[in-house]
Amino acid sequence: MVETGTDRVKRGLADMLKGGVIMDVVNADQAKIAEDAGAVAVMALERVPADIRKDGGVARMSDPNMIEEIQAAVTVPVMAKCRIGHFAEAAVLQALGVDYVDESEVLTPADEEHHIDKWAFTTPFVCGARNLGEALRRIGEGAAMIRTKGEAGTGNVVEAVRHMRTITNEMRAVASMGDEQLMSAARDMGAPHELVKEVSETSALPVVNFAAGGIATPADAALMMGLGVDGVFVGSGIFKSSDPEGYARAIVEATTFWNEPEVVGKVSRGLGTAMPGIEMESLQDSERLANRGW
Amino acid sequence: MSTVGVLALQGDVREHVNILQSLGADASEVKKPDQLSEIDALILPGGESTTIAKMAVRFGMFDPLRSAIDDGLPVYGTCAGMILLASTISDSDQPVIGALDVMVKRNAFGRQNESFEAPVDVDGLDIPFEGVFIRAPWIEKVGADVEVLAAIEDHPVMVRQDKILATSFHPELTGDGRIHDMLLDLV
Repeated sequence: MVETGTDRVKRGLADMLKGGVIMDVVNADQAKIAEDAGAVAVMALERVPADIRKDGGVARMSDPNMIEEIQAAVTVPVMAKCRIGHFAEAAVLQALGVDYVDESEVLTPADEEHHIDKWAFTTPFVCGARNLGEALRRIGEGAAMIRTKGEAGTGNVVEAVRHMRTITNEMRAVASMGDEQLMSAARDMGAPHELVKEVSETSALPVVNFAAGGIATPADAALMMGLGVDGVFVGSGIFKSSDPEGYARAIVEATTFWNEPEVVGKVSRGLGTAMPGIEMESLQDSERLANRGW
Repeated sequence: MSTVGVLALQGDVREHVNILQSLGADASEVKKPDQLSEIDALILPGGESTTIAKMAVRFGMFDPLRSAIDDGLPVYGTCAGMILLASTISDSDQPVIGALDVMVKRNAFGRQNESFEAPVDVDGLDIPFEGVFIRAPWIEKVGADVEVLAAIEDHPVMVRQDKILATSFHPELTGDGRIHDMLLDLV
């Protein structure tokens, strides 16, 4: 009896990506650079977050031609983004055979109340979260992998740190609770009780959790690994830097050797200019992508 | 008690460590050549084989791995680990350790949508093993000294050659320690 699309194969692919770096790419050439640098997967999207931020307008799923060109160019898993709630885009991505769908706040939401019912798909999903309740809601909807939202396209790691620290602190709090406290905690977090109970028993998320949103340097990647994430997404940080090949390779190496500062220091030497960053205070609330998601 | 190293350049290292500890073995992460002398057996985990191979080249791990295995260090590779052990990979020139005399085809069962679970009949095990296959490879050709322990539709998915064990699937995701036990028996 052969079964596809089980929880174990969906969550299992994320397990295989652990300790690795997933890179945003907008064409086959960039995908090849990412693979050559040692990326464990690439994320296909029509514009990197820094450009979405700059250009404005509605950001949507990529052109299927572009996704197929990327699939043909690399052998590593190919992920692609769809809009929050846009189950038709997700269905197209599944039909294209992408390996993971990112239901992403970086694109313009298609539904301001609902996320996609991800259980209905064979292809696994990754979703962003700012806190434990949001992570468990997404897992409750069928997400097989979580990432911090951070603040994409800023090159500023502060929001990713905030989100990871929040998730960790909330997991510690839940782990120390008695069973009689878990229903109130579930209500307050807006999370399914059974998942809150699972976190309380295991002191861990039920799925793999990567960092995303603002990682721009090898040391940023090491910082997030040190905070306990399983791996790292890098969006604009690679192809908006002065040396994409160099940055891509250095961030991969720093992710593996995050707890060896001599290695992180060595790979950081002479890399050139990182992507230009944005100070959080200069962003209006309406410009904060992390606020998208319900 | 045996100490088993898990190559920790990338991949599902923690799952292997957990299952080894549940079997009563000591488990340690291996990232550098000098750590190879401290272990009785080695696991090459699941992960992205191109990434693990690149990191092994950049951090000088390939030659030490090859000589440790040539010197008789028992080794078990799952999925990406099987690819790294193979002597040849069809349609790819990525670097390999080459100790296992087989030709491997990467992602042979397909992309993620074709990833699957199925019971696997393994030689020497009474009850079938829960096979978890994720973008899994299969073996296309085996050398004379290689014993096929399991196959799916005539494609070998588990092999042994002397002290080298390899599977296309991921026992570390199931909590079933029977295949890891086979490695411990090789020590």
